Amino acid sequence: MGTHVIKMPDIGEGIAEVELSVWHVKVGDMVVEDQVLADVMTDKAMVDIPSPVHGKVIALGGQPGEVMAVGSVLISIEVEGAGNVKESAQPAPVKEVPVAAPKVEAVMESKPVAAPAPKAAVCQGPMVARAADERPLASPAVRKHALDLGIQLRLVRGSGPAGRVLHEDLDTYLAQGQSNASTVSSGYTQRTDEQQIPVIGMRRKIAQRMQDATQRAAHFSYVEEIDVTAVEELRAHLNEKHGATRGKLTLLPFLVRALVVALRDFPQINARYDDEAQVITRLGAVHVGIATQADIGLMVPVVRHAEARSLWDNAAEISRLATAARNGKASRDELSGSSITLTSLGALGGIVSTPVLNLPEVAIVGVNKIVERPMVIKGQIVIRKMMNLSSSFDHRVVDGMDAALFIQAIRGLLEQPATLFVE
Amino acid sequence: MQTLNTTLLIIGGGPGGYVTAIRAGQLGIPTILVEGQSLGGTCLNIGCIPSKALIHVAEQFHQTRHHHQLSPLGISVSAPTLDITKSVEWKDGIVDRLTTGVAALLKKNKVQVIQGWAKVVDGKTVDVGDTRIQCEHLVLATGSKSVNLPMLPIGGPIISSTEALAPTSVPKRLIVVGGGYIGLELGIAYRKLGAEVSVVEAQERILPAYDAELTQPVHDELRKLGVKLYLKHSVQGFDSKENTLQVLAPNGATLNLETDQVLVAVGRKPNTQGWNLEALNLDMNGSSIKIDHRCQTSMRNVYAIGDLSGEPMLAHRAMAQGEMVAELISGKSREFNPTAIAAVCFTDPELVVVGKTPDEANAAGLDCIVSSFPFAANGRAMTLESKSGFVRVVARRDNHVIVGWQAVGVGVSELSTAFAQSLEMGARLEDIGGTIHAHPTLGEAVQEAALRALGHALHL
Repeated sequence: MGTHVIKMPDIGEGIAEVELSVWHVKVGDMVVEDQVLADVMTDKAMVDIPSPVHGKVIALGGQPGEVMAVGSVLISIEVEGAGNVKESAQPAPVKEVPVAAPKVEAVMESKPVAAPAPKAAVCQGPMVARAADERPLASPAVRKHALDLGIQLRLVRGSGPAGRVLHEDLDTYLAQGQSNASTVSSGYTQRTDEQQIPVIGMRRKIAQRMQDATQRAAHFSYVEEIDVTAVEELRAHLNEKHGATRGKLTLLPFLVRALVVALRDFPQINARYDDEAQVITRLGAVHVGIATQADIGLMVPVVRHAEARSLWDNAAEISRLATAARNGKASRDELSGSSITLTSLGALGGIVSTPVLNLPEVAIVGVNKIVERPMVIKGQIVIRKMMNLSSSFDHRVVDGMDAALFIQAIRGLLEQPATLFVE
Repeated sequence: MQTLNTTLLIIGGGPGGYVTAIRAGQLGIPTILVEGQSLGGTCLNIGCIPSKALIHVAEQFHQTRHHHQLSPLGISVSAPTLDITKSVEWKDGIVDRLTTGVAALLKKNKVQVIQGWAKVVDGKTVDVGDTRIQCEHLVLATGSKSVNLPMLPIGGPIISSTEALAPTSVPKRLIVVGGGYIGLELGIAYRKLGAEVSVVEAQERILPAYDAELTQPVHDELRKLGVKLYLKHSVQGFDSKENTLQVLAPNGATLNLETDQVLVAVGRKPNTQGWNLEALNLDMNGSSIKIDHRCQTSMRNVYAIGDLSGEPMLAHRAMAQGEMVAELISGKSREFNPTAIAAVCFTDPELVVVGKTPDEANAAGLDCIVSSFPFAANGRAMTLESKSGFVRVVARRDNHVIVGWQAVGVGVSELSTAFAQSLEMGARLEDIGGTIHAHPTLGEAVQEAALRALGHALHL
């Protein structure tokens, strides 16, 4: 018998620490080769850590929410044979003692809710379902306490005689965090229940980045309305003609193309501002970040070298990246390195938004919804498809005039879509 | 017009209303209570308390007469006489003490009591005389009234329970219309005070709300006391010249029963008239206001409690509802979900029902053990000269959880506490069987009933 130690792997270049998101195993579990042990998170990517061996988990190196140094012990597995401890570069022999808490920077006293391993379906929890009309056996004091706590007594397992619900059962139920306080029947009931959600993992990353962006950058927003009737007609025409063979186009690849063309004249907007080094890096390449809502939160996969892609290339790449991001399959490379960001909520785009910059970029272009409006053209009221662009710029390094001219250039391109493709 | 503003306004100062007010006061809710008559409502003034006082007088007088005639206890007294005026004064003294007590409790809890008849304007506005009260929460607690019979309008020899509780003399003959608990409590008391009492009941048994086994000891006692029963008889009318009550016998014949007074005790109905309840247009449940398990009516922040919200019309239910509503208004999460509400008849012998009867358990589809223990085998009952009656328990066969208690016998009203407690705590037969009950008490019959259900009663 030996011990196989898995260390926190180096997932991306230059990353010194990684956040442990979720354990999929617990001490005592038998694991097989390739079974996913844990999810860890870097800047934006969620990475599965598979087991390279068969064996039994003997120690976990951290708790969900902890930020662990790359190279610290993630998990120890008891294996047949010698294990890898001796081969380890750092010959620290692993003893029975719980793996000395790996160099962990506990960012906050996060009391992680013991996320129950979803795969281990051991349901001996305190949860129990009674028939809707079955009255749970409980003393008046327990019933009152349950009301105070917002617990539906019906769902609590009673450990007392004849299944009587005791005060201890309420404690157990609460400890398991399975309060169903949210399922109160009457819509007008005053509610006093609260839910505490630890800000860890992806949410913590998003929170940090948003706070960082709004604290550091001098946000300046600019909204312009654009007549998209012509570009929508072109899009419909292209979809009709080539949709079957080349795939359907959304408006996004047109917007990406408009950015690419407009940015040729506005190099100060396709840039990254390193405010610590006080250097602005202007990029020739246009790497367009596409803000995407995934289950775990906001992600920004990047269409690389949009300037070198055709309309359909861009469309396919946007679609592939969005799917990957939503499924948590986007790689770290695909989630970083953008030079400008495009954010669109589609039909939910609203009239105006105030996007937050994706630092260190200096511009983000927000797309609002398309609506038909009566417009006055040459003294005539006509129905046109109108869409607003709500964009934010880092006013520290982008002047208002430049920003306005940039958006006007985009408007010109989209209103005369042929110019998008004239070289 | 003067306008008052408050958080909570309660209409009615009976057990429901005043308890709501006290609890609201404790919770720091600014509260106004409007009462048109006397604090304490029906319960303290013309119901529970005065009737128990009169029953006590009747019992003492009856016992003394019993000793005068032939006392096995060896007591001999000369023939007792009764000064009913003094009896009523004594009863009024108790009522005064209690209603003054309620007033003091309300004052202590900073509840503003406004004397007068409320008139609802809308769900947040009530007028009392030329005072307008604006509130955030409105609790309706106007109680109930005696049901009248159209052919027997109250007046002269036709009386309701209110008049029966304040007699100026004991009638020679009294006919009680209605064999429910109010009619029987008062009928038995009047019999013991010396009146010749008959009871007319349309159904085939007295206390038709309870099962025959349970009511049999009361039936036997009525016969022993010489109360005449006209079962399956219905009232036709009253001839005030002849002082006769016409009743229709089951065989179709009309009987003319001579009497001095007729007590109409055919039930109570929610008091929904005369205070402009119509303004709220609330959903009704028959003649009572429809409420949910938080006593909320169909209008937001308007609550109805007690008799106004329907059966069971019991003071202790109203009080519990009131307490809950006050806590609800203070922001707590509450619901009214008692396991059982005890019902007690202060007849002779007394009768208690808590939780499910065997019939109700059956109807609910429960497989139950039903077991009873007779007071004939209880030492304490014998020393009280009481041999009739029993304690009965209903428990689930699968897990022995007790779902109901019934008892009939002298003094069993006090057992209601133990019964309700065991149901609320979810006791099993073994819990009651395993609790040492003091000897010699009537309570031993409670333990023995549980033991007998388990197949090993000790004293039977």
